[in-house]
Amino acid sequence: MDFNDTPEEAKFRSEVRAWLEANAKPREAGKARAGRATKSEAERLERAREWQAKKAAAGYAAITWQTEFGGLGGTSIQSVIYSQEEAQFDVPGGFFEIGLGMCIPTMLAWATDEQKQRYVKPALYGEEIWCQLFSEPSAGSDVAGLRTKCERDGDDWIINGQKVWTSGAHYCDYGIIVTRSDPTVPKHKGLTFFFLDMKSPGIEIRPIKQITGDANFNEVFFTDVRVPDSQRLGAVGEGWKVALTTLMNERLAIGQGSGVDHAELMELARNIELESGPAIKDGNVRERLADWYVQSQGLKYTKFRTLTALSKGQQPGAESSIGKVVSGPKMQDLASFGMDLQGQGGILHDSELSPLNAAFQNQWFGGAGYRIAGGTDEILRNIVAEQVLGLPQDIRVDKSVPYNELPKGK
Amino acid sequence: MNFDFSDDQKMLKDQVRRFLEDKCPVEEVRRVLENKADHSDAVWQGLCELGVAGAAIPEEYGGLGLGALELCVVAEELGRYVAPVPFSSSIYLAAEALRLFGNEEQKREWLPKLASGEAIGTLAAAEGPKAPLPSNLTTQFANGRVTGSKLPVPDGMRADVLVCLVSGADGVSLVLVDLAQADISRHAVETIDPSRGHAQIDLKNAAAELLGKAGAGWEQYRRLEAGAAVLLAFEQVGGAEAAMNMARDYALDRYAFGRQIGSYQAIKHKIADMYVKLELARSNCYYGAMVLANEGHDLELAASAARVAATEAYRFNAQENIQVHGGIGFTWEANPQFHYRRSKLLALALGSASRWKDRLIAELERINAA
Repeated sequence: MDFNDTPEEAKFRSEVRAWLEANAKPREAGKARAGRATKSEAERLERAREWQAKKAAAGYAAITWQTEFGGLGGTSIQSVIYSQEEAQFDVPGGFFEIGLGMCIPTMLAWATDEQKQRYVKPALYGEEIWCQLFSEPSAGSDVAGLRTKCERDGDDWIINGQKVWTSGAHYCDYGIIVTRSDPTVPKHKGLTFFFLDMKSPGIEIRPIKQITGDANFNEVFFTDVRVPDSQRLGAVGEGWKVALTTLMNERLAIGQGSGVDHAELMELARNIELESGPAIKDGNVRERLADWYVQSQGLKYTKFRTLTALSKGQQPGAESSIGKVVSGPKMQDLASFGMDLQGQGGILHDSELSPLNAAFQNQWFGGAGYRIAGGTDEILRNIVAEQVLGLPQDIRVDKSVPYNELPKGK
Repeated sequence: MNFDFSDDQKMLKDQVRRFLEDKCPVEEVRRVLENKADHSDAVWQGLCELGVAGAAIPEEYGGLGLGALELCVVAEELGRYVAPVPFSSSIYLAAEALRLFGNEEQKREWLPKLASGEAIGTLAAAEGPKAPLPSNLTTQFANGRVTGSKLPVPDGMRADVLVCLVSGADGVSLVLVDLAQADISRHAVETIDPSRGHAQIDLKNAAAELLGKAGAGWEQYRRLEAGAAVLLAFEQVGGAEAAMNMARDYALDRYAFGRQIGSYQAIKHKIADMYVKLELARSNCYYGAMVLANEGHDLELAASAARVAATEAYRFNAQENIQVHGGIGFTWEANPQFHYRRSKLLALALGSASRWKDRLIAELERINAA
C-alpha cells in the first residue's frame, strides 16, 4: 500500500511538469486562497483563452479524448496527474469547464461527424465557449419537468421559454438546450434536445444577482428563437436520453469546493482569544476541528481509493459519490464556525478587515449555493440510496401522466 | 497510486469471512451473550487454527510474520460478524506490547502461545469509571510486585497473561503479570455487551516484571493504543457496514402505508448517511493501516483520525439501524442489539471519541509548532 506512481505514471508526470515549468509560473505560496477577483471578467477571459490555446496545442486540454479531436488518447489517471501538477502553477481557468466537461462530450456522443469537426476543436482551444441550458424556474432537481417549448416550423424549430442558472451565458458562443416538443405525453417522453448559437435573434440574457452580490449565472429568455433541425441532437422526443449523457458528466465537471478548511480554521483558532483562553484550547473548538479534519482526510483518501482503481485500469467504486454530500455542508458549517470565533466582528465582510481576506465570510455565502448546484444534498442522497444501496425509487406520481395533465405550481 | 490492499490480503480477508460466515453466525453471538460465556471457544480455536492470531507475530516467535495490513483485513471481518473472541485483547494489545517492548525472554515465553491461542493475553489500564491518567493511577508497582484493582479488563476471566499499566517510583510503567498465581483474584463484571467477557482483576502483591523501560509506560501505552486504534477502527468499519446492510435489507422487506419503507426519503436518506459515514471511516482507516504497516511517523495522527471516523460511523449506523427497524429493533429476539452493544463497547475500548479528537488536535498542534 503506497501513494507512489507506477513507472509509466511517473514518466507522464515528469513530462507534464517539464511542460508546465516551461510554460507557466509556479503558484506563490498562500496565493491559492485568493480573496475576491481583482481583474475584470474580460481581462480574465482573455488570459484564460491564451492559456487554453497553449494547453490544447500541447494535447493537455482533453487528455482522455481521441487524438482526432485534439485529445491525447490518454487515460483517466493521466488526466488526474495533469490536474494535480497544474494545480501547483498559477494558471487561469473557470471559463471552459462546463463546455469541455459537459457540452462537448454530449456533442461527441450525439452530433454528426461534420458537426464534431466544426465545433470540437474551437471549444478545446478556447476560441468558442459553450453553456448548458437545462434548469428552469419551475424545473430544478426535477429538470425533466421543464416548460420551454419547441415547435416544428419547416426545417426549423421555434423555441419559446426561459432557462435559469446558466453559467457564463453572457460570454458564451454556443449552448446545449433541452426543450419540450410534446406536452401530451409523460414528461420524460416529450423532450427534444438541440445545440444553438447563443447570438441567435430572440435570446435575451440577464445576469442573476446572487446572495453574494456577484453575478456568475444568468437567466436566458427565448422568444421565437429559430434553430435548424440539423442542430437537433438525438431523435424528436428522445431528448431525455441525450440529457442523461450531459448529466452523467456533470458530477465530474463540478469541481470540489476550495477555500477555507480545517487548516485555516486551526490557524484562526490559534490567533483568537476566547473568555476561557486561546480558542485552540477550547474543548468545543477542538472537537469541531477534529471532526472537519477527519472529514477532509476521509474525502482525500476516498479520492485516492478512486485513483487507485483508475491507476489499475479498473472501474472506480461507488465511494466517490459521497464527495459533494460531505464537502457542501462542511464548507458552510466550517465557515459559519470560523465566523463565530470572530465574535461580533465575524459580521465584517471586508477583505481588509476580516481574517484571511474574508475567506470565511465568502465561503459562508458560497457554501449555501454549493449545496444546491449540480445536484442538491437531497438529490445526491437519493442517488446514493438508489444507485449504490439499491433502495427503491420514490413513488412517482408523474411517471405515466401526460405532462399537460400534471399538477403544477406557479 | 496503490492505495488498496494486495490480492493476497484480500484473499486472507475472504478466507476469514467464509470461516466466520460458517462458524460465527448471529446465533453463536447470541449464545455467548445469553450464556455469559465470555467468548466462543469454537470461533476462537478456529481462528487460531487458521493462523490469523499469529498473522503479525514474527516467525521466530511462532507467528506467520506478516504485518499490520493482514491484521486489518482480519479485524474488519471480526467486526462484521460481531465475533465473540478475545482477538483484540490478545493480539492488538498484549502481543503487540510484547512485540514492541518485550525483552527476548518475555517474547520467547509468551508470543508463541499467543500466536497459537494456547494462551490469551490482555491489557489492563482502566480503574473504574474514569479515564486512566498518569495522575490518577492507583495500581502500584514496586520491587517486582504489583498491587491494585483493574476494572474493566476485557477478557479478564480467561486471560493467562496481563499487560498492566501501573504507577511506581519511576513514574508510569507497563508490567507483565502471569495470571496463574495465588495473589490474584478476579470476577466477571456485567457490561453493556456480554458477548465479550470483562472482569475485575484484583492484584495483591502479585509477581510482575517490567515490560519495556521503567517510567516509560505512558508513552508505551499511548503507542499501543494508537496501533490498536487502527485495528479496532477496522472492526468498527466492518460492524458499521453490517449494521447498514441490516437496515437496508429491513427497509426493503418492511412495508408501511402501502409501500416499502425504504422508498421514503426519511429512511433512505438515513441509510445514505450511513454509507457516507462508512466510506469516510474506511478511507481514514486505509491511511491508518498504511502508516501502521510502514511504522510511519504520523501514526498518532492517522490512528486518531481512523478512530474518530470509525467510532462515529459505527455509533450512527448501529443506533439508526434500530430506528429503521422500529419496535422490533428494541427487542431481545431481534439482532440489531448486537451491533448497538458492540458499537459502544468498541467506542469506549480505548477511550471515548472526545479523547481521540483531543489527541488528534494535540498532535496537529505539535506538528504546527515543530
